[in-house]
Amino acid sequence: METINSEIFTLMYGSIVRQLITDLEDITEVNKQLDTMGYNIGVRLIDEFLAKSRTAACTDFRDSTEKVAKVGFRMFLNTTANVTNWNPEGTECSLVLEDNPLTDFVELPEGCSKLKYCNVLCGVIRGALEMVNVQVECDFAKDTLRGDELNEIRLKLISEGTEAYPFKDDD
Amino acid sequence: MFSGRLNLIDRPLSKGKSEVSLSAFSFLFSEMVQYSQTQVSNIGELERRLEDAGYSIGLRLLEMLCFRERNSKREIKLLDALKFVHSTVWKYLFGRQARDLEQSNAADDEYMISDSDLFVNKFISVPKDMGQLNCAAFVAGIVRGVLDSAGFPARVTAHFVPVPGQPRPKTTILMKFDASVLQRDSALPSG
Repeated sequence: METINSEIFTLMYGSIVRQLITDLEDITEVNKQLDTMGYNIGVRLIDEFLAKSRTAACTDFRDSTEKVAKVGFRMFLNTTANVTNWNPEGTECSLVLEDNPLTDFVELPEGCSKLKYCNVLCGVIRGALEMVNVQVECDFAKDTLRGDELNEIRLKLISEGTEAYPFKDDD
Repeated sequence: MFSGRLNLIDRPLSKGKSEVSLSAFSFLFSEMVQYSQTQVSNIGELERRLEDAGYSIGLRLLEMLCFRERNSKREIKLLDALKFVHSTVWKYLFGRQARDLEQSNAADDEYMISDSDLFVNKFISVPKDMGQLNCAAFVAGIVRGVLDSAGFPARVTAHFVPVPGQPRPKTTILMKFDASVLQRDSALPSG
């Protein structure tokens, strides 16, 4: 895949976030907008993922999250995540990012402590999984920018649809 | 702010060799353009917004690039500053030098950097009703930011210029410098 300097990507993301904060003024709204942007990206990104990743269909939610963490993050952001902290039912887990290119050069100023700076990632994951019939809720639970030890995205499975054609052949 | 964690500027500056996929950038860029579209009423304003986004990046880039590549040395002559943009900044952004750097023959204070296939325009096709929109306005903004923080205020715009015999137009970044810049430059000893 073609690549570009990650810093220019980082800096552009920063300028988007800054612009949103200026436009929307309310941090909660900014988080929401970042999530929406991510969702729009995810919906389109899944096509490229399926076309280029050459992975087989996932068997279950565990499998899907592994693919997101190991293949998806590697493909687009050149980093990987670890899947940990499963709940006993196997419907909730955490993605722990090893390295987050979005946050290079970033420090949150005071007054932005509620900002989920990387919320766009949650949107991307949600949007991409929705396109393959897996509905999830996604939240940026821990963020090094806000003083946590690590970057953790919490994933929660809502429903897993079976794949079916939307029409019958004899229609 | 957070104890136990080094302040950003106290940490060593990364070498900046890591990369992300071009698609990731393009997806994000497309979202930025789409979002900007909801905030404006005409093409001029849209370009303005993209340019502003680039501007804030350019301001930061100059400092980092000078520090990393030039031992904190900065150019004070106009032509050297232009060469810096043409070679160093371009190489950083696009992995190679820009194709051309020319002075306009119509005016002394206008310079142009031209290049084909800038990556920002790679996946963008401009609808007919959007006329002359060139999303390289973003790159123009970066250039303006770099020049401005180096002390060469200029008006920078991006234009499509058709190339004979080529299906795709090239992008020209036009820089019109402030009168004070030229005045100062002619007062400096040459060489």
